[in-house]
Amino acid sequence: MSTRTLPLLFINLGGEMLYILDQRLRAQNIPADKAKKVMNDIITTMFNKKFLEELFKPQELYSKKALRTVFDRLAHASIMRLNQASMDKLYDLMTMAFKYQVLLCPRPKDILLVSFNHMDAIRDFVKDTPSILSQVDETNKQLIEVSIFLKDKVQNSNGRFVLPTSGPVPYGTHTPGLMRMFSCSGEEVRRMQFRDGGNYNAALREGSFEMYGDRVIKLGTNMYSVSRPVETHMSGTSKNSSQHTKVNTTPNPLAKEELNLLARLMGGLEVQKPAGTDSGFRVNLFATDEEEEEALISRPDELSYEVLNIQATKDKQTNAELAKIMGEFGETGEPSPSSSSKGDDLLAMMDGL
Amino acid sequence: MYHKEKSIPIKSSASALYNNLSVLRIAPRCLTYFTVVHANVVNMVSASWDGLNYSHRQLQSKEGNVATSSSLIMQAAWCVLPSRDLLVLTSQKGIQMYESDGSIMVYWHALDTPETPTAKAVFAQGISAVREKHICVGVSSGSVLVFDVPSKGSNITLSEVLEEHKEAITDMASECSGSLECIADLVSADDSGLLCVWKSGEDFQLLNKIPGFDTSCSSVKLWKGTVIAGYGTGQIRLYEAVTGILHAEVNAHARWIYSLDIAPFTGLIEHMYNECVTDTQICGAKFCDGDGYAFAVTGYDLSEIIRYTQA
Repeated sequence: MSTRTLPLLFINLGGEMLYILDQRLRAQNIPADKAKKVMNDIITTMFNKKFLEELFKPQELYSKKALRTVFDRLAHASIMRLNQASMDKLYDLMTMAFKYQVLLCPRPKDILLVSFNHMDAIRDFVKDTPSILSQVDETNKQLIEVSIFLKDKVQNSNGRFVLPTSGPVPYGTHTPGLMRMFSCSGEEVRRMQFRDGGNYNAALREGSFEMYGDRVIKLGTNMYSVSRPVETHMSGTSKNSSQHTKVNTTPNPLAKEELNLLARLMGGLEVQKPAGTDSGFRVNLFATDEEEEEALISRPDELSYEVLNIQATKDKQTNAELAKIMGEFGETGEPSPSSSSKGDDLLAMMDGL
Repeated sequence: MYHKEKSIPIKSSASALYNNLSVLRIAPRCLTYFTVVHANVVNMVSASWDGLNYSHRQLQSKEGNVATSSSLIMQAAWCVLPSRDLLVLTSQKGIQMYESDGSIMVYWHALDTPETPTAKAVFAQGISAVREKHICVGVSSGSVLVFDVPSKGSNITLSEVLEEHKEAITDMASECSGSLECIADLVSADDSGLLCVWKSGEDFQLLNKIPGFDTSCSSVKLWKGTVIAGYGTGQIRLYEAVTGILHAEVNAHARWIYSLDIAPFTGLIEHMYNECVTDTQICGAKFCDGDGYAFAVTGYDLSEIIRYTQA
């Protein structure tokens, strides 16, 4: 357990988000210059210096809801817009992918390698823009300094993952099945074999924890490609995964504190307003607009932000401010590029907290 | 050999924590109590020995300061002393001791938390009852807290703090054979793999330090003077507690060991049986009785206790 979990969570989830958006931007034939702008804007926002300073401070993890709010803002940091159903789907895909990577990590330390894989890919996205690249590199250096193991995980209610019982064992681990007995002087006196029930090979070499290098581990690399696009069809678990999420509606005594933390974090998130000449566009995480519409209708009410029932106490002034913020969060409609002022008000207000 | 029995459902799934299953056998009533931690809740189940009848109870972590009670529970374990049984919970905020049915909290010890958060998280982990009247609990700073427990009532006191570990304590175990001839009473393990062997008494005495080898020791047991330790490399090592001599090394698992247990009356340490719980990251494993007739297993994200019994 570490108080440095948040930056790892943010970078890995952010990395997954970029993979998915990159794939969707291509699939929907968004013009290259616009797509480039979206990727660049989001990456610039993600690796904003002030924002990352807050992120790397030792702290507890946020609630699922607070983290989701951060990613909602991040996804809308550029001229691209997602409606609620597409945002739900995007977030489901991101969290499921990273949960899979954490669960499949052979050793706790390998979560760092997964993070480096995401960082390597993000660097590749902005390799033509030196200013953004240097911003990303700065974070990579910080990440290299983080060597605290991650032992606790975010819990989601997705299905079970397939865990292999074959292939190479983790670096530093021996293939199971051998017992050795020693005498008092330390000599091996007996050796016995047993069947381990798996089919393991010796460990591969350890991945590189340097700025550049072969990470060996494949978890955290881009799974989406032309031949393997983002699954846009609604089927089985993916259709219901957001519905299955149990949202805790009991008042959280920490809600106020958390909102303040969130405000501090978001204070660092400089959201770029679409300039007059730049017209915004919408990206759909579903195969067709009809499917997206359907998902929006079947979206469970508890997923809307209106469940932020904050029983703010005592301080009347804070109370009023919070009520105002709650009002802003309550907006469920799709934010259109022309009316981005709502979001900016929210940011300004959060800055003023 | 062993075969799988009907699982016992639990109210919420097991968190990915070391030793995330505790078992208490209530012989007079032919019941077994189980506890499994999920985030800030402890799932308690009392089950008949055949596992067919069971009742549930959930214990919310009630901490000293209610306003900050969202802290995660790290471990829940029953401590059996000759005079009484207690349920001990460790969390990011402190240590709680309950009557064994979870009804009454008899003691609360808050951990020292720094004013400004540091990179190292604060938590307590590693719980063990020792001999007549002590309960020992490990802390993330490496300290081992020794509590003096009276035969009844809530007058529990912190009698000693043992400062030999530099890394976070992961697990602790006391001599489980019931033999009074063994010199070592307690073994503590930490994140660096270091093991400390202790003799209990009015003042605890360090008998030996067994160095680690660059990997965490996640689970440890002490049986007839032998330390049995499970490591992140998947290895199990057997040391003579007092001398630290390595007697055996087993390349047992292909992944991190999360839990290890011994059935004290079997008198054997031998490879008997293996079973793969498909697609499950095991986080708790315990024998249900001293003879090793039955054992139970929990897995991350899994809302059931899987039971195995001997045919």
